[in-house]
Amino acid sequence: MTIATSLEDACAALAAEPNSVIVAGGTDLMVEVNRGSRCVENVVALDRIPELADWHLTGDELRFGAGVTFAEICEPEIAALVPALAQAARTVGSPQIRNAATLGGNIATASPAGDSIPVLAALDAVLELRSTEAIREVPVTEFITGVKATCLMPGELIEAVRVPVLDGPQEFCKVGTRNAMVISVASLALLVDRSARRIRVALGSVSPIPLRASEAEDHASGHLDWDSGVQPGPEVVREFAELVAGSANPIDDHRGSAAYRRHAVRVLAERSLTRVLNRVSSP
Amino acid sequence: MTDLATSERTVAPRIGENAPRPDGVPKVVGAFAFSSDLHHDRMLWGGTLRSTHSSARIRSVDVSTAVAVTGVHAVLVSDDVPGQKVFGLEYRDQPVLAGDVVRYEGEPVAIVAADHPEAVRMALEAIVVDYEVLVPVVDPMTVEEAEPVHPDGNLVRRIHLRHGNQDVVGDVQVEGTYEVAMQDQAFLGPESGMAVPADDGSIDLYVATQWLHSDRDQVADCMGLDPEKVRLTLAGVGGAFGAREDLSLHVHLCMLARHTGRPVKMVYSREESFHGHVHRHPAQMWYRHHADRDGTLVRVEAHLILDGGAYASSSSAVIANATCFAAGPYRVPSAEIDGAVVRTNNPPCGAMRGFGAVQVCFAHEAQMDRLAGALGMDPVALRLQNALVPGDELLTGQTIKGTAPVAEVIRTCADHPPGASMAVDPLELPGGAGRTADPEHVVRGEAFALGFKNLLFSEGFDDFSEASCRLAGGVATITSACAEVGQGFVTLAQQIAREVLGVDEVVLLPASTAGIGSAGSTSASRQTWMSGGAIQEACGQVRAQLLEHLAAEHGVDADDLVIADGRVVSMAGGFEVDLAKATTEPIEASVVFRHVPTLPLDENGQGNAHVSFAFSAHRAIVDVDVELGLVKVVELTTSQDVGRVLNPLQTVGQLEGGAAQGVGLAVMEEVLVQEGRIRNPSFTDYLVPTALDMPPVEIAALIEQAEPGAPFGAKGIGEAPSISSTAAVAAAIRNATGLDLPRVPVRPTDIVFPGGTA
Amino acid sequence: MSTDPFILEVNGQSHEVADAHPGESLLRVLRERLRLPGSKNACEEGECGSCTVLLDGQTVCSCLVLASTAVGRQITTIEGLSGDGGLSHVQQAFVDAGAVQCGFCTPGLIVSIGSLLESDPDPSELAVREAISGNLCRCTGYGRVVEAVHLAATRGGGSK
Repeated sequence: MTIATSLEDACAALAAEPNSVIVAGGTDLMVEVNRGSRCVENVVALDRIPELADWHLTGDELRFGAGVTFAEICEPEIAALVPALAQAARTVGSPQIRNAATLGGNIATASPAGDSIPVLAALDAVLELRSTEAIREVPVTEFITGVKATCLMPGELIEAVRVPVLDGPQEFCKVGTRNAMVISVASLALLVDRSARRIRVALGSVSPIPLRASEAEDHASGHLDWDSGVQPGPEVVREFAELVAGSANPIDDHRGSAAYRRHAVRVLAERSLTRVLNRVSSP
Repeated sequence: MTDLATSERTVAPRIGENAPRPDGVPKVVGAFAFSSDLHHDRMLWGGTLRSTHSSARIRSVDVSTAVAVTGVHAVLVSDDVPGQKVFGLEYRDQPVLAGDVVRYEGEPVAIVAADHPEAVRMALEAIVVDYEVLVPVVDPMTVEEAEPVHPDGNLVRRIHLRHGNQDVVGDVQVEGTYEVAMQDQAFLGPESGMAVPADDGSIDLYVATQWLHSDRDQVADCMGLDPEKVRLTLAGVGGAFGAREDLSLHVHLCMLARHTGRPVKMVYSREESFHGHVHRHPAQMWYRHHADRDGTLVRVEAHLILDGGAYASSSSAVIANATCFAAGPYRVPSAEIDGAVVRTNNPPCGAMRGFGAVQVCFAHEAQMDRLAGALGMDPVALRLQNALVPGDELLTGQTIKGTAPVAEVIRTCADHPPGASMAVDPLELPGGAGRTADPEHVVRGEAFALGFKNLLFSEGFDDFSEASCRLAGGVATITSACAEVGQGFVTLAQQIAREVLGVDEVVLLPASTAGIGSAGSTSASRQTWMSGGAIQEACGQVRAQLLEHLAAEHGVDADDLVIADGRVVSMAGGFEVDLAKATTEPIEASVVFRHVPTLPLDENGQGNAHVSFAFSAHRAIVDVDVELGLVKVVELTTSQDVGRVLNPLQTVGQLEGGAAQGVGLAVMEEVLVQEGRIRNPSFTDYLVPTALDMPPVEIAALIEQAEPGAPFGAKGIGEAPSISSTAAVAAAIRNATGLDLPRVPVRPTDIVFPGGTA
Repeated sequence: MSTDPFILEVNGQSHEVADAHPGESLLRVLRERLRLPGSKNACEEGECGSCTVLLDGQTVCSCLVLASTAVGRQITTIEGLSGDGGLSHVQQAFVDAGAVQCGFCTPGLIVSIGSLLESDPDPSELAVREAISGNLCRCTGYGRVVEAVHLAATRGGGSK
């Protein structure tokens, strides 16, 4: 049991016992431990490492320590910079969960239903991974390799998450069958990147790995008159939504059918694009 | 040992007032001892190995490795059950531990006691069960032709009710098929308890339950003990709603305690709890309503199939309710209702708040709306036109002798002005925090539903409650084995004693099987009437004895004496004594209270099977995001026939809480069962309403018409709120969407793909 | 196997926890080892909020806190909210407003609401409902609970 107070401590502990279990907020890990489906012997706790709990804005780049909690991400300061991430954060579990659960933990759990994942994917978030051996950077879309599978190596931890501050409105929507505290059945993040003249879209709960709907992005980005701000017609929005739905790769499970999930992301795509267009066109 | 006594002295209001709960302060400071809080310094922990199959033969159970796990004190199997191998609420058909076969997923196969929960877990993992897996019988519609699930056969009970002239045909007919999914009671306090063995071979069992004496008798039989050798004391109950009427861990705890000679505590996990108690019966229902062109109901036909799962539990009483109340609180001169409850390898079903009336209410109210549509009538007007009045006959041929303010319930609820404004914050729209909808995606719907149910036990059951009262030094001490499960009986018991005796201090002894007879079950909306009635009578006898004693001693007329402000006073003047000093000897009385007897149903489902009825109405307003199939219940308005309000705050609490369970069944709650397996045995995936899902409940009216025979005229109020709420919400979604929606819960796919695409 | 002994600061007092199992949650340690059973055990997966405690002043589900990682944190449980000074405003309001039925969710709700009123002494109904959306109650339908919050707020809210 190591309660690390610095990154060096944490990495050293992990190097000494590469099979240690990393715990940050504990909100995913402890569910498995309580159920008896996960044993913890060597534990490295990251929640006392000041660097991990910090976030900084440098130019147009936000760097979150992996230990920043979802409650903190909901705060106005961060919400003003990455509104979609704040919106996603507000749907994570309950207030109690958001007080403990961390951005890094959500990524490391690598659940297809992880609420922050679509936003991070749409932001092309880059993860900084650290071990005693090396520091490396991996895009979040490559970090998650499958359902609850990542390329994190033994001895390694997620130190930080870097995302750009984009110029343009953002949306995150999540479908669940309860009005609060619910696991995502389908979710979607849509971001406007004015400087690159791109619409960015990523989906949640409809794919084993983070999913960008690139074809749909091309379609919408290409049909938007970025100079005049004039909105494309409803048919473009519909086509965009179809392309988004087409990119989904959902499964049937007890939380929803594949057909419903595909339908839901189509609806979310249409609605979120309409929302951001309304804001893009009104300067 | 945690102090289990709930004795509490208070000075507080009487009948009709907001008396505070005697357990309120302990509960808000975290000091109230729930069954999972029990502790004994020498205690062991118990655990249960459950079947991983819904149907299988057990070839062998090898416990040799488990026994050798460090810290393990006992590993017991079916052969170790010392007495009767089976238990059951109505029929003893359920094995304490599975022997040759398992009939549902989660059925207990072996039990373990060890000195730490971790050792329990390791021992359970070390038990090797060799199963021959069988194909489970899971379709209730075809079960009667299937292989018998149980030696008692696959039909638990069929009632073929025929009422009135069977040749009647209505000018207007509407037909529909309806389905209600399996609902879980989802009480928060998991099944838990502790058994403490005594040197003389007897056992003390502390457990959360609804019916102490029934548990005691079943446990004693299974343990091969005389009933008085098992002393059962109520441990703090974290909600019940029907799920604690059957035994769960009771016998297991006693077996482990007796085997090890140590106190044994067991606490189910949430997943175990889903497997460890009965659920609300899923129902498949076909209906045909016949009416004259003016809207007068002339005949109702229905076929009802309830899936009872692997064991009988209270299924036969549930199907009786479903059948008797199949048409709702309406005058129906002719009916043919074929109600059956069958056995499958699905999870066992039994009691849950509303007990058979919930399922049929969903169907009969959908039929009434459909009929109103066919007639071109206002749905509320149609209901009013056919509403039962005292003196009417039920489907069973029984005449309503008590109160039945059905029209008042309908009118007050329907006429209450709606208060819900349109949502402003996205959090208030369907989809809530997920921000899926904008106001333009939302359609509002509104609908009304009416329901009713019997109070107390029916069909000739010898339903009674025993209570005693002892008055000494101006303090009344009440003994009753009535299970307080959260509903607030402990408050009412004190209010009743204060009201009758004029005392301020009332001590309520812990509910236990030692020293008092049965209070019956805390179910069927019966305890206010039955145990309330017993306490009222016991206190009344003490009062009479006191006044007679004083009259004789002081040469005054007993009829001239009244009790007021803690004093006994002669109305004529000249005599006055402090209650606390009125007698030197304690005065005691013990009473067994019974309601008027009922009769079994005959072969046509006819007979005076019930005592009394409670009626309720709900009007629901919903916002529906039709494109995503998401629903936000915006407002619920209710009126209820309560007889008399004994405690306004507790009454409101019952109406709000019952409605919440109805909202849950309408839009989200379903135990998903596939091939007999529960796919969502957790609070992550079995969703119950949060504070953001439950709307405010507007109480339009509490209709107070004193019910003859009921103490203070009060009807039980616990179940009615959960009956018509589900039907009203589902109907409001129909109103918003124009869809048939013949099934609850209404799932997003039911709205998005009404044809059943996916 | 068990962990090395560690010290937890609960309700202002230090408690040594010896021979805890490595995976033991704070909830289990509070309930079974420190004999503070006021925090409740309804789901042990962070869905019900019955086990809510304050960890350095913030509400968390104690079932999802690995006990041995809570060393050095200030832990406040329901038992620490009343103490000698009688009931807190929230506790008293629960009694007065009829927000208690079975009472199993009550400790968690009271901890959550106390925390809400600390930061927002006069919350809107929607804010109340969102703040308690992680506390399931099966008895009350939340109506009297929301009433109790408003009652507590009018009496002085989180300031005890």
